[in-house]
Amino acid sequence: MEFLRDLWLFLKERKKWWLLPLIIVIVLVTVLVVLGGSTALAPFIYSLF
Amino acid sequence: MLILGISAFFHDAAAALIKDGEIIAAAQEERFTRIKNDAAFPLNAIQSCLDMGWVSPDELDAVVFYDKPLLKLERILESYHARVPWGWRSFLTSMPVWMKQKMMLKKVIRDEMAQLPGCDKKKLRLLFCEHHLSHAASAFYASPYTEAAILTIDGVGEWATTSISAGKGREIRMLKEIRFPHSLGLLYSSFTYYCGFEVNAGEYKLMGLAPYGDTGSEEFLRFKRLISEKLITVYEDGSFVLHQEYFNYISGLRMVHEKKWEALFGFPRRTPESSIERCHCNLALAIQKVTEEIVLKLAATARNITGLDNLCLAGGVALNCVANGKILDTELFRNLYIQPAAGDAGGAVGAALAAYHLYFEQERQAEPWDLMKNAYLGPSFGIERVRKTLRLNKSVWKEYDDTEELLSLVARSLKEKKIVGWFQGRMEFGPRALGSRSILADASDPDMQRKLNLSIKYREGFRPFAPVCRIEHAGRYFGLKIPSPYMLLTRRLCSEFWKALPEEYAALGMREKLAVVRSSFPSVTHVDLSCRVQTVTKESNYKLWRLLCVFESLTGEGLLINTSFNVRDEPIVCRPEDAYHCFIHTEMDMLVMDNLVLFKEDQPK
Repeated sequence: MEFLRDLWLFLKERKKWWLLPLIIVIVLVTVLVVLGGSTALAPFIYSLF
Repeated sequence: MLILGISAFFHDAAAALIKDGEIIAAAQEERFTRIKNDAAFPLNAIQSCLDMGWVSPDELDAVVFYDKPLLKLERILESYHARVPWGWRSFLTSMPVWMKQKMMLKKVIRDEMAQLPGCDKKKLRLLFCEHHLSHAASAFYASPYTEAAILTIDGVGEWATTSISAGKGREIRMLKEIRFPHSLGLLYSSFTYYCGFEVNAGEYKLMGLAPYGDTGSEEFLRFKRLISEKLITVYEDGSFVLHQEYFNYISGLRMVHEKKWEALFGFPRRTPESSIERCHCNLALAIQKVTEEIVLKLAATARNITGLDNLCLAGGVALNCVANGKILDTELFRNLYIQPAAGDAGGAVGAALAAYHLYFEQERQAEPWDLMKNAYLGPSFGIERVRKTLRLNKSVWKEYDDTEELLSLVARSLKEKKIVGWFQGRMEFGPRALGSRSILADASDPDMQRKLNLSIKYREGFRPFAPVCRIEHAGRYFGLKIPSPYMLLTRRLCSEFWKALPEEYAALGMREKLAVVRSSFPSVTHVDLSCRVQTVTKESNYKLWRLLCVFESLTGEGLLINTSFNVRDEPIVCRPEDAYHCFIHTEMDMLVMDNLVLFKEDQPK
C-alpha cells in the first residue's frame, strides 16, 4: 500500500519510531469507531488540521 | 509546464493552475458549492481552472497539495502525547477523520481527480509542499521583486506558525520559524472565539470591532497589560511564547480555558449574536494592538536578518490590513507586497509556484507587475450566459452597446443613492471583491452603511465598508504613495475630509460612535477615521476606473463603496444566476451584468 510505504519512509526520515505505536492505536480506534457506526465529526478547533 | 495547486480539507479549499510559471486561473470551491469556506476537495474549482486554461487533467505535469499531512500528523500526535491523559476526547473525535481522509491523502486526491473527464489517476504525479513554504511562495513568486524578505504568519501549518525567509531569484531560504503551540494566528482566533465570533471566519469582524474600543480608557489599558503579562511573552525580535495554561487548543475542543479567561478579564465569553458591549470592544482593541506590535517586531527582524528592503507577506494574519498599514508606516521596507489570497486558499497558488521553481528548478524572472493579475483569476461567463439566465428568470433588462452610456446611467443611479450590483468579467480569487463581483454605492451618504448592512448584507451594523478610488486619487484621499489594489492596507482618510467630532467622542458607546458623521465619506470611514482602501488603475479594471471618472464628473468626488456581492454567511457570487438570485432577494436597486442593466422595480413580482 502506498500509504504504508510513505509512512515507513516518513518515520525513517524523521527518526520518530516512537510514533509507530501511537499510529497503530489510531488505526485500531478508527476501526472501532467505524465498526461502531459513529460518525467521524471534525472538531472545529483550528489546530488539529 | 502545467501544474495544478490544491488546498483543501481544512478551510477555504481552492485550486490554481499555472503554466510555465504564469498563473492562469485560481478559484475557491465555496464559490461553486455555495458553502462558505467550503473545505471539501475542490473538484469544481479544479474543473473550472482546467476549463479556463483549456487543459485536460492528463496534460498536468504535477498536482501539488499545499501542506504535508504526515508532518502535520506528527505534530498532532506529539501534542496529544505531551498532554496525556488530557485530550482523549479530542483525540477520539479527530483521529477517525485523519484515518479516513488525511492519512490516505494520496488515494483521496487520486480518487477525487479520477472524477474529472479524461483523468487517469495512476498517471498523476502528486507532490506535497510545506504549508509555510506554500504561503511564502504565494507571496514571493507572485511579487514583482527579484529579492525580498518574506514573512508568513498564520494559525498553524505542520509545525510552523510564523516564518521568516529570504527570497532571491527562484530560491526561498527559510531563516527562522516559530513553532506550534506558540501562534499569533491562534492567539487572535482565541480572542475571536471569546468575543463570540466564529473561529477561522470571524477574525475580520474582531478587527472591525477594535476601533470601537477606547485607547484612553482604563479598561483597554488593563486588558492590554493582562494580555502581555498573562497570555503571552513577546521578545525583542518579535518571537513569542503563549502561556498554555490559558489555552485549550492543543488537546481540547475549545480554543481557551473559559473560566480562566473570565477570571482574568472579568466577563464571560460573549455568546454569538448577543449584544456587543464596551468590554468586547476594548478587548478587541487590546488584542489588535498587541498583534500589531508583534507583527512590527517580526517585520523589523525580517529586515535585519535578510538585509533586504522589499517585504512579501502571506498567511492568514497578513489579512489584518490594519497591521499591514502599520508596517507601511514604519518605512522599514521600500516596497511591500501582500498576497491577496493570503489565507489558505492562496496556498494552492503558492504550492504550484513552489513546485515549478523549487522542485522542477525552473528559473524565475520577476516581472515589473505582480503575477496575481489583480486577483481576476476566476471564471467569467460571457454575455450569452447572462442573457440565458435572465430569460430563464423572465427578467426585464436593457442592454447597452455603448459602454459610456451604460457608465453614465450607473453613475447617475449611484448619485441618486441607488445600490448597484456589479457583475463583470472574471471572478476575484481571495476573500475580497475587487470590482468583478461587487456591490457599489455612494460613499458620501451618511445612511448608506446602515442601509447596506441591514437591508442588503444582513450583517452586523458595526462593520465598516471599504472605499474604492482611482489610483490617481490615492494620495488626495488617503495620503497613499503606493497602490493598494487588493484592499489589504488601512489608511486614515486625509484630514481635509474629516468632520468635527463631538467632545468625549472616544468615550462614546458603539452605537453612538456609529451615529456620528465623521467625514465627507461616512460610509467608508471607520470610527477611528481609517479606511480599508482599494485603488484601481486604468489597466487593472478599465470599466470600474471609468465609472469612477464619470461619477466624479457628476458629484465632484471619485470615491465609492465597494463591498462583496453576497449576503451574510454566503460566499461571494460566482455565476450570473447567483448574482441574479442575490439581487432579487435583497433590497439592491440595480444590477449590472456585463452591459445588461436590471432595475428592481421593473422585475416581475
